[in-house]
Amino acid sequence: MYKIAIKDLNTLFSKIAEEQELILPIKKAGQYNFGVYEEGCDIDGILTNKTVKSGKDAFFPQFETLYNVRKKITPADELENGEEAANTKIRTKLTIEAEALKDKDFVIFGMRACDVKGVEVLDQVFLTDPVDNYYKARREHGIIVALACHEPEESCFCTVFGIDPADPSKSKADVATWIVGEELCWKPITEKGEALTKKIESLLASADDSAVDAEIANITSIMDKLPNTKLSLEGWGKGKTDEKFNSDVWQKIYTPCLGCGTCTFVCPTCQCYDIKDYTTKDGIQRYRCWDSCMYSDFTLMAGGQNRTSQVQRFRQRFMHKLVYFPDRYDMYSCVGCGRCVDKCPQSLNIVKVIKAFENEQKEAGANV
Amino acid sequence: MCNCGHDSLVPQIGIITGITQETPDVKTFRVNAPDGGKLFEHMPGQCAMVCVPGVSEGMFSITSSPTNKEFQEFSIKKCGILTEQLHSLQVGDEVTVRGPYGNNFPVETEFKGKNLLFIAGGIGLAPLRSVINYCLDNRENYGRIDILYGSRSADDLVKLKEIQEVWMKAPNVNVYLTIDREQEGWDGHVGFVPTYLKEIGFSTDCIGIVCGPPIMIKFVLQGLKEMGFTDEQIYTTLELRMKCGIGKCGRCNIGSKFVCKDGPVFRFDQIDELPNEY
Repeated sequence: MYKIAIKDLNTLFSKIAEEQELILPIKKAGQYNFGVYEEGCDIDGILTNKTVKSGKDAFFPQFETLYNVRKKITPADELENGEEAANTKIRTKLTIEAEALKDKDFVIFGMRACDVKGVEVLDQVFLTDPVDNYYKARREHGIIVALACHEPEESCFCTVFGIDPADPSKSKADVATWIVGEELCWKPITEKGEALTKKIESLLASADDSAVDAEIANITSIMDKLPNTKLSLEGWGKGKTDEKFNSDVWQKIYTPCLGCGTCTFVCPTCQCYDIKDYTTKDGIQRYRCWDSCMYSDFTLMAGGQNRTSQVQRFRQRFMHKLVYFPDRYDMYSCVGCGRCVDKCPQSLNIVKVIKAFENEQKEAGANV
Repeated sequence: MCNCGHDSLVPQIGIITGITQETPDVKTFRVNAPDGGKLFEHMPGQCAMVCVPGVSEGMFSITSSPTNKEFQEFSIKKCGILTEQLHSLQVGDEVTVRGPYGNNFPVETEFKGKNLLFIAGGIGLAPLRSVINYCLDNRENYGRIDILYGSRSADDLVKLKEIQEVWMKAPNVNVYLTIDREQEGWDGHVGFVPTYLKEIGFSTDCIGIVCGPPIMIKFVLQGLKEMGFTDEQIYTTLELRMKCGIGKCGRCNIGSKFVCKDGPVFRFDQIDELPNEY
């Protein structure tokens, strides 16, 4: 265990940024979001405020180029003799230039235990066969420095999913950090974390492992008092498709949903994407961008199918997180970060869904 | 899964080496790799993403059989933005192709040694043609083959020449053709596929393989059940919107399955277990 004075963090950040890209929460237009560290960027309050988005962009960017296509169009009268030009007015020749994979290390500082768990969820999708090489390269080169949640917020409920916000050393992060008084405690967990620590050792003082005990105890007691941490996941998980899919609760609760997709964009685990072409002056750029199962054209086909109503799309999102994903990957794809609770313009969220089913069960029980 | 080393989402270039106008709105495209060989090896029922760069990309079943060692074929109906662009292409033009994707009909396992009953409607023949030709090229591995194929009109029967000249002449193969409405010059059967199915009345000593418009599948399934077929002996393919083809982008998700990766081939008892959203 190491420590550094919080007032010296800027020195630490610029030291890290000297050797590799550093991504961390930055205050911009009154909001906290992950961004690339630059000298003079506003890092006031970044240790305690929850970012609007989770930082999944560092591994699965909101927009990324997959490859470029160059088109060479030859009019028929310019085709060389001997080339088969029957019925051919023009001839289109293509070349494909794949986008380079990430090949440089980078550090992402300030992810919380829930955010790190979110990356673990993404791993299930992107690192199973066939592996997504764009994602894999970022995972291999990314060094995650996680931060314990000094001030858990009212919307937080990560403990419901077995995540410990007080001790990120239990997560898949490479380094765990804690705010202890005027200092930041720093504990490398993985080899990558050790290597990073070695590079900045001159700025760190050593500390005793017990230095973070009081902070861990304090965070744990705050979590205990938060309103959403008592949620029960009973009745959810593997094999619950029939029971939950056919429930009439969906119809009762979905109506406020505008289908705006905000919940999917702030979610650390949502990974649905679109693939599109953008025509540039030199050719065609094939890119991937985040998409949302909340949108009416997400699954729309020429024949009009499927999930044509908002209640079906609403159900899909929560069934996917709480039943289908556990069926396929043996883990929930919600991490209880509370961002959808904070950001839904209609105050509709996964906590309300879980509670609605809980109440339905209670009522059903009372009627027996 | 994919021949491209960089990533599964990066396609290969395919050259259109032949185009056949099958019906007024269906063309069959023959596709080769730039070096003249096949783009990849596939199994019957598998699909590939075909793209006109700058327009769109779509999942199409590979209609040629893996036993064809020269090229791959896609029979494509003109019905949207991408397919219209594909129909405007000419021999020598290039598209991008990635795949093959998805599972396949169990031609080497469950189908082996069995009698097979193929039931197709319209462009639904495209995925089944791959299986039929595979079985005909390995004739000794399969029993009796019955093919019931129907379309709106005689002009809309895809691959009619091959049906008449190859399938109808193959040993122990019965082909039943039908069209929806009477038509001059057609002296074959007239009527919808599900109705004709009941009229013929197949015995249940076979495996049923059904592909066509959803409404046809629905009534064919009813018909087969009435004839005593069980869910476990009927196969079909599902089709949903797809972008990635590798079970990640989320579009074709039904329950815990992804049609692009776990499908497109499903047995009806497997479909019964899925939430009713397809």
